Amino acid sequence: MSIIQVLFFALSAFAIGSAIMVLVSKNPIHSVLWLILVFFAISGHYILLNAQFLAIVNIIVYAGAIMVLFLFVIMLINVKKDSEPQKQFLVKLLGVVAGGSFLTLLVALVKQTAQIQGRNLLMKDGVIGLIHPLGKALFNEYVVPFEISSVLFLSAMVGAVIIGKK
Amino acid sequence: MTLLSFDWALVIEKLILIVIIVLTTLLITLYTTFGERKVAAILQDRPGPNRAGPFGLLQPLADGLKLIMKEEIIPTSASKWLFILGPGLAMTASLMTSAVIPWGTDVHLFGRTIALQVADINIGILYIFAVVSMGVYGIMIGGWASNNKFSLMSALRAASQAISYEIAMGLALIALLMTTGSLSLKTIVADQAAGNWWNVVYQPLGFIIFFICAMAECNRTPFDLPEAENELNFGYHQEYSSMKLGFYLFAEYVNMIMSSAIMASMYFGGYDLPFFDETTVAPNIAAVIGVGTLLIKIVLFVFLFMWIRWTIPRFRYDQLMNLGWKTMIPLALFNMLLTGALILAKL
Repeated sequence: MSIIQVLFFALSAFAIGSAIMVLVSKNPIHSVLWLILVFFAISGHYILLNAQFLAIVNIIVYAGAIMVLFLFVIMLINVKKDSEPQKQFLVKLLGVVAGGSFLTLLVALVKQTAQIQGRNLLMKDGVIGLIHPLGKALFNEYVVPFEISSVLFLSAMVGAVIIGKK
Repeated sequence: MTLLSFDWALVIEKLILIVIIVLTTLLITLYTTFGERKVAAILQDRPGPNRAGPFGLLQPLADGLKLIMKEEIIPTSASKWLFILGPGLAMTASLMTSAVIPWGTDVHLFGRTIALQVADINIGILYIFAVVSMGVYGIMIGGWASNNKFSLMSALRAASQAISYEIAMGLALIALLMTTGSLSLKTIVADQAAGNWWNVVYQPLGFIIFFICAMAECNRTPFDLPEAENELNFGYHQEYSSMKLGFYLFAEYVNMIMSSAIMASMYFGGYDLPFFDETTVAPNIAAVIGVGTLLIKIVLFVFLFMWIRWTIPRFRYDQLMNLGWKTMIPLALFNMLLTGALILAKL
């Protein structure tokens, strides 16, 4: 096993373990904190795929900004452990069955996808995740959707300021 | 079996570098607390700490010893693990920034070329931005885990303040990146050291925006709303005692030193000594001069932070938000447009 494989399996175990803890934790704050760890593990995977830009943006946007807002809201509404409605056993069982079926479906679909079959994962290789090729692709091939989405973000930000001014 | 087949000398070299940087930072931090009290004393026309040792130089050691000897108290209603995690996270996040700062030019030792930078990643500035956005978790987790409503209010204030000022900070950085054309701090500093003007000449408005946002991110007065003692008792670290409190207080000073290092590197030439050609001396001596220059720049910035802290009173919370959203963000956007127009005009 090379060092990359060791890192891959360690990160995967870390990601899956943290994801399970998100579901199992009784306290919503703990769930959010475990979710942050999941994002860190996924960023580690991006780095293994040589996609440094994606990795760091994942941390800035998801772990750094969106999760802070999650924490913020949960802390503000102050969810208590005992005031949460407890679900019946039958409902929980149905949830497990439905979720398990959906997981099986997803795995089966991904396994049958023609683009994935017979291809190897490129580890520590490829340049598309680095910032220069990514910028070139965004501003040459995908310039219109990129610009439209950035105008959307700008208008959201200006909108927040306008609402704040009222 | 090719497990762990990599350059062990490089690993050892980097480990030694990390240990030196962390220890030096902590030592400087220790004396920054002393400096803070002395600067405050000078600005308020009083002698300041002068009892422990000559000129009071042993004061930080006495302070540290006092903090360590205090009793550790964890409130019974606190969430124990998160309560311990909070100060640790605050400290880790503030020290992690040091990984991408270039401290000097390369050193030649034992036949090896050693870069005085832990990691030259091509997304250096984005890494700093990511670490800064992590920094708020230490305060939020600590404030929530204390199970005290003042601490919680303070944690929420810290989070909203950090998020608001991160936007303007990011926009100021974008304008800088447009002029430098690189995200790697090593390249940015090397470009400035190669005889060009420092970036502050091209980005004066961007620097002022970045400086104000850095002050807000460090929770320094006039932006220290999270620890406003007259409204929130003591803020997010109210329930903390002993060295856990010390970690929170220390993390603030480490943050200050790190943001000074970043500002010096990005806008003020980093390790570049002005009006001096580094190629005329031996590489190792040039590196020593570089490290010294960067340290002097850091000390000057830290002094500026203290000067402002003891001159300007704290904002009200709505004033803080107004400044962030209605002044800083439009200014940063204007700066970005201006930079873009100037770059286009030069072509």
